[in-house]
Amino acid sequence: MISVKNITKNFGGKNVLNGLSLEIPHGETLVIMGRSGCGKSVLLKIIAGLIAADSGEIWFDGTEISKLKTKKMNLLRQKIGMLFQSAALFDSMTVAENVAFMLDQHTNYSKQEMRKIVDEKLELVDLEGVQDLRPAELSGGMRKRVGLARALAFNPEVILYDEPTTGLDPVTCTEINQLIRDLHERLQVTSVVVTHDMHSAFSVATRMAMIHEGKQIAYGSPDEIINIDNPILQQFVLFGAPDQILNMENPILKEYIGR
Amino acid sequence: MNQQSATHESSGGFRALIKIRLHNTLTEVGQAFTLFFQTLIQIFRPPFQFDLLVKQLLLIGFNSLGVVIVSGFFTGMVLGVQGYIQLKPYAVEGSVARFVCVSIVKELGPMITAFVLAGRIGASITAELSTMKVTEQIDALEVMGTNPVKYLVVPRFLACSFMLPTLTIFSTFAGIAGGFVAVVTLFDVNGYFFLLEVQKNLFVGSVLISLIKATSFGMAIAAVGCYKGFSISTAGGAEGVGTATTGSAVISLIAILILDFVLNHVLFNILGLI
Repeated sequence: MISVKNITKNFGGKNVLNGLSLEIPHGETLVIMGRSGCGKSVLLKIIAGLIAADSGEIWFDGTEISKLKTKKMNLLRQKIGMLFQSAALFDSMTVAENVAFMLDQHTNYSKQEMRKIVDEKLELVDLEGVQDLRPAELSGGMRKRVGLARALAFNPEVILYDEPTTGLDPVTCTEINQLIRDLHERLQVTSVVVTHDMHSAFSVATRMAMIHEGKQIAYGSPDEIINIDNPILQQFVLFGAPDQILNMENPILKEYIGR
Repeated sequence: MNQQSATHESSGGFRALIKIRLHNTLTEVGQAFTLFFQTLIQIFRPPFQFDLLVKQLLLIGFNSLGVVIVSGFFTGMVLGVQGYIQLKPYAVEGSVARFVCVSIVKELGPMITAFVLAGRIGASITAELSTMKVTEQIDALEVMGTNPVKYLVVPRFLACSFMLPTLTIFSTFAGIAGGFVAVVTLFDVNGYFFLLEVQKNLFVGSVLISLIKATSFGMAIAAVGCYKGFSISTAGGAEGVGTATTGSAVISLIAILILDFVLNHVLFNILGLI
């Protein structure tokens, strides 16, 4: 389980995270929602250890990680896979080299063993026959899939998704959402998805949290979230939730639709 | 009265601006030195990835060889022509070989090589690393437990530090050859006499100075190139990459000139090398 406790982060005098606390239970897919610039991606990068918080604690399975030394942090990072907003594939490498990067850096596997794992992971994200292509030759959706295969290469316990559907067409968005759901069911990993795409959020979440002005203002299962009477949350849900959510017989949601 | 207060305010604003600029510059210098020392530490920490180093050696060394030789050759030709014209009125045109040899070995060989590499390699290092930064590739390296300084900076730093003196040897030979060709073909200077003069004036100390300078320039080019690439913000975008690349070339050139002066002072005045 990951616990975020009283995290603050200030950029150039602006408080992006303001004493934020959050629980990410083991094996759940937590979707963190919020308006652009509310600190969702910053929170994800703090959890991944890419940005240091000004204050507060991050606990990962009983270990406080924000003060870990680089060597221990690097070992811990082997349990974390991250899909970046832009996929962040290495341009100078082929798809296979990208997926095998962590194996190449941290294991003594032979080329054949690595190739086998690469093929397995690419199959897991429904991509085959692209091993020797360069990232520039792939479509946006394919790049995200390769990014996901790379994140899965070391069999992580936690996968962090930073805006997984941003910049993709609706069909590819649906495919990526389906893929996140499938991976959750097949691998039983803990997932943290940062998004402001409500379709995606309701499609993949087993739990949801809403951040506003650097604090958590709502937390619960998707069913619980739509029953929370908070104007900021409901406005957010109303503007983007899929029809099956909006058509539900929910008095709180109906009240906000009526306004 | 109003005018006076406006002047006062504007001078206060100017002072504040200078203060901010100075603060930012000192912060940048501090960050650049931090990266430099991190690089020095990472050089000696395993794992040693020789494949990355070889790739950079080829990229920096082999691919720059042609342009370095051409630059050195024509610089030598210019020196030969100018030297002969300037020395002839004093009837000491026979010293043109010494003039070309000493200038090229001690000063222009490492300098021309460094200038070529600052424009060609320093800028390309910055462009590559800053693009990796804005596309989150450096964050991806870190998330995958790989130290970006070790993986990206160390091979470039070592390759520049090693290839600059190597290329300087080529540019120096090309420069002397250029001077020889210009003087022998355009003026009535005996070729054998020119080579004899070169041999007389080529000292081990001079070559050592040349190589020390070249290694230092190589370190400076790599350090500036990598720092400018790393220092860009993720939100910098294409404009940020362009600004960082231009800044890298300009700072490298200035750093080379300052370093050249400091090294001249240390090597000639303090250590007494010839």
